[in-house]
Amino acid sequence: MKLTGAQIVFESLRREGVRHVFGYPGGSNLPIYDTLIQYPDIQHILVRHEQSAAHAADTYARVANEVGVCFATSGPGATNLITGIANAFMDSVPMVCITGSVVTELIGRDGFQEADITGISLPVTKHNYLVLDVADLARTLKEAFHIARTGRPGPVLVDIPRDIQQQLCEFEYPETVNLRGYRLPPPPEPADLKKAAQLIAEAKKPLILAGHGVILSQAYDELRTLAETCQIPVITTLLGISSFPGTHDLCMGMPGMHGMYWNNMAISDADLLIAAGMRFDDRVTGRLKDFAPNAKIIHIDIDPAEIGKNVRPAVAIAGDLKAVLTALNKEVKPKDHPEWKRWIKQMRDDHPSIALPETDKLLPQYVISRMYDLTDGDCYVCTGVGQHQMWAAQYFHFDKPNSFVTSGGLGTMGFEVPGALGVQVAKPGELVWSVCGDGGFQMTLQELATIVEYELPVKFAILNNGYLGMVRQWQDMFYKGNKSAVKMYQPDFVKLAEAFGMTALRVTDRTQVDAAILAALDHPGPVLIEFVVEEDENCYPMVPPGASLQETVDQPPMLKPVREPVALR
Amino acid sequence: MKREHLHTLVALVENKPGVLNRIVSKVRQRGFNIESLAVGHSEEAGLSRMTFVVDASAVDTEQVVKQVDKLIDVVHIEDITTKERDMVARELLMVKLKATADTRSELLNIVNVFRANVIDVTPESMIIEATGDEDKLDSLLDLLGGYGIIEVCRTGRVAMVRGPERVGPDTPSHLVLPHLSGGRAPGGLF
Repeated sequence: MKLTGAQIVFESLRREGVRHVFGYPGGSNLPIYDTLIQYPDIQHILVRHEQSAAHAADTYARVANEVGVCFATSGPGATNLITGIANAFMDSVPMVCITGSVVTELIGRDGFQEADITGISLPVTKHNYLVLDVADLARTLKEAFHIARTGRPGPVLVDIPRDIQQQLCEFEYPETVNLRGYRLPPPPEPADLKKAAQLIAEAKKPLILAGHGVILSQAYDELRTLAETCQIPVITTLLGISSFPGTHDLCMGMPGMHGMYWNNMAISDADLLIAAGMRFDDRVTGRLKDFAPNAKIIHIDIDPAEIGKNVRPAVAIAGDLKAVLTALNKEVKPKDHPEWKRWIKQMRDDHPSIALPETDKLLPQYVISRMYDLTDGDCYVCTGVGQHQMWAAQYFHFDKPNSFVTSGGLGTMGFEVPGALGVQVAKPGELVWSVCGDGGFQMTLQELATIVEYELPVKFAILNNGYLGMVRQWQDMFYKGNKSAVKMYQPDFVKLAEAFGMTALRVTDRTQVDAAILAALDHPGPVLIEFVVEEDENCYPMVPPGASLQETVDQPPMLKPVREPVALR
Repeated sequence: MKREHLHTLVALVENKPGVLNRIVSKVRQRGFNIESLAVGHSEEAGLSRMTFVVDASAVDTEQVVKQVDKLIDVVHIEDITTKERDMVARELLMVKLKATADTRSELLNIVNVFRANVIDVTPESMIIEATGDEDKLDSLLDLLGGYGIIEVCRTGRVAMVRGPERVGPDTPSHLVLPHLSGGRAPGGLF
């Protein structure tokens, strides 16, 4: 039987196990939307902006461990996806984005709502396609899902002209793909594993740096086995948080720019780093030439291009982390490092980076800390980008695997609202917190409508300090306090949420925090709490931009810039 | 032009629309400058062969190779400069210059010395074609400079490895990490 291109899209999604699609209709994907009703097993979530469709598909993919799918129309619909696609690309999230395109005869002729989306998305997708023949459509979608989810995962965009969506074609979904140029890494070489095991056996001061790869590869148990067998402390990068139990004796928390002081010192003193599914981002390493000066490095990553990019490892293993750690665990012998662990313990005691000061002020860190205590950490936390993100990473302890969902590589403000939406759709019975900055929240707050419409019980916590806090912190520290364009007029967030049909609360005093959080937990639907927190609180510890990890400042007084700041998250 | 950092990369790519764009975009995005680029059919139907020359250190070139290798349409890529085996590299030059009755015989002498060919002659002009490595073509252009060059057109380098082996997906080089063994200098930077 012949199917239309639009039907082929849904038949293919069905065969890939897709149950949810985030999207937005428009002129060039009308045939797809016209067909949607024929596929009631695929739930479509109508967002309020295409960027949110991409972010929601991204977080859905992260927590469901599936490929996230989003739809958008041509031109502005497709370009609105780009931030979300770039975010997924930087954080290696599997996604398939299906865009409608103008009819084939208008392509290249500046048709209404035409944008060269395959050209525009080229540098931020793992691969992309423009389908010019309906007979290629099923194969293309099969390849798109295969490419998105295998190897180092990433977003794939498939652009389908409107006439192709309408044309008829025999449908046969291919069983396999044939991509000569797409090779997955071979199993690890026994010699490399032996060498890695030998370095682990010889090490006196080893550390594991666990990244997003642990989560993407579902290698939680293998990581834990390695850490416990060899008693190696585990440092989790921002995206590695929740890859290893946060309250485990061996868990050390986050390293890097706003990482724990003890971690940055331990990295600087370590004689072996086992980098598991992480890529030595500049926010982790500080000044690269002074990073881990005494350490040999074992770098395990599925992407060979990441190995040797920023640091030169002594042992390089390009492969799937779960497979590599399984094999490595057979090679290593139990050992312990009591002196090293004592050294770290002492460092933690002397520099308790995240100890909360005794104060009557409403500190943002205190809010996060209470959220953790009152939920026992049994929830998902989705954040935006900035100070609130760092505090969530520091003060919440993540024992639940893959429960911290944040924008890492791209650092996308506004991720927290559609991000929480995607998480809640993937995890309907679970508690989902969206920890928001007052700035980022205003970038994507239109999604409150989606959240209310689909009855998603997301709990929002806005840490409102009236500033773009991280930018203000940098301006105070490195730009002589010239607070340029960071003080924001704020709407009444409570009234705003109520206007969307949500329950909302405002907290202005420390004593109200617990009651507000408990009320939110008690309420069956979505709730927004605005915490009016201290304006001038800064995020510590901090490695000044351009400085090495050894120069980590644990607490104020004021930091001095080592050189001109180069980049700002 | 200094040539000590020039690396010659050979890629076999699927002959599909947009492939050139993907590769060039990737090289640009990673901050590398392409000195020359030549594309044409290969020995295998459906695969195009690209030869491109980048000005970069061995370590940086390794990064370019790995990044380009990640592209789905790239079936094979390798840096044939790093091989212990030799390569032969050639470029085609066409140059149009002023040539009158007074200068024509001098020009023909130069053409002979360089084993070049004259492919077009008019009362005021001449087109010369020459093949060779970049140094030879540079010297030829130097010599011709005094006669009044009107146009120069060069193809960029094409290259092959000497001997019977084929540069292609069967050579395992793209899967190994050539510069990665042998530890790491103190300080962490390479």
